[in-house]
Amino acid sequence: MLDTAVAYNRYKFLGNEFLTWLWYMIETDQGWFRQLDQDFVSLTVGNRMVLENTLNNVKESVTIKGDNASLEEGRVALTKGALVTEVHVSYKAGAQNWEFSVKGESLNISNLKLPETGPMEAPEDLEGVVIEKVYLIEKAIGLINLLFSHFIHLRLSNTWPHQTLSRIQKWAKSTTSN
Amino acid sequence: MGLLSSRMSITRYQVTGQLDGSVHETVYQGLKKHAVPKIEDDGSEATAGWTSFETPYTPDFEGYSFVFGAYMVFALRIDKKSIPPKLVQKHYALYVAKRQADTGRHYLSGNEKKSIKDHVVNTLIRRIPATPNVYDVVWEYDTASLWFFSNLKAANEALETLFIQTFHLQLIRLFPYTTAGLKAGLSDKERDLLRNLPKIRSEE
Repeated sequence: MLDTAVAYNRYKFLGNEFLTWLWYMIETDQGWFRQLDQDFVSLTVGNRMVLENTLNNVKESVTIKGDNASLEEGRVALTKGALVTEVHVSYKAGAQNWEFSVKGESLNISNLKLPETGPMEAPEDLEGVVIEKVYLIEKAIGLINLLFSHFIHLRLSNTWPHQTLSRIQKWAKSTTSN
Repeated sequence: MGLLSSRMSITRYQVTGQLDGSVHETVYQGLKKHAVPKIEDDGSEATAGWTSFETPYTPDFEGYSFVFGAYMVFALRIDKKSIPPKLVQKHYALYVAKRQADTGRHYLSGNEKKSIKDHVVNTLIRRIPATPNVYDVVWEYDTASLWFFSNLKAANEALETLFIQTFHLQLIRLFPYTTAGLKAGLSDKERDLLRNLPKIRSEE
């Protein structure tokens, strides 16, 4: 195992590639997610996305914010070699809805909003509330783990350089030229 | 931004190794031994220790109150004193003026100025109360999974240090490389590929 700090910096691009691939999958193949989760309803990009381009050792960032913000600028950045470094997503499963942000380099989750849970009316309710919250958090974390797991197998296969990359590029270009 | 907050931030860890003896008893003893002190240490700038999830300002782990089903839920508390720079500036200026008046000199050496500044900071630290920050921890022992409810670098470093001191178990932070290695079920061949993985840019 590599030293933690070395591994973090050496492989942080993987997390950014993961988020970029995830955006592509969200936009092009919602049906694919249904294979992973029986309760899956939708996974959509939420109200924030950050992209970074570090080509030629110059860092350029694009931040897209707002509930109905157009992601056009993000797609243009993709065609120039940028990667998604942070994305806010909305995940619906059954009748429940999760919202959270994922950062590529760390896979940290922030701003996580869980589906509504029952109220805590008495101190004895605490254990039930905690277990319910943990279960709901696990759903969000489990989804990210599952998606990252699929991504990493794909990323380490020949399909990635020979098919996936060009498909992502084609998608980004097609949507920016519309 | 803890477990019961409406919005939360989470850093994920994998715990390596196992505890000797009864898990709950060992964790209880560790939490108690390394609990945040009830009486504030006047002279230190920051104090970190474990506290209880339910009552973070009065740590209490009795009756294994940190056990919630399969999970152990407790919190890291970091009490930190922050002295506003302008307060240091004001007291420093007063001390310098007093020293000049006492000695009849119009200037002070670099060493004297540094000594006055240290004295001012140490005096103010004793007078200013610490601000507590509480970060929840959820540990599922059977799956070696731990969630820490903060993404702040300093808080995560404090957690990693205190956790190993307390339980003699190491925490591995789950970021892309470690998640791939520990959670994705990679084959030996894939692990080799990961180790030598070049960064391929989408435009290349």
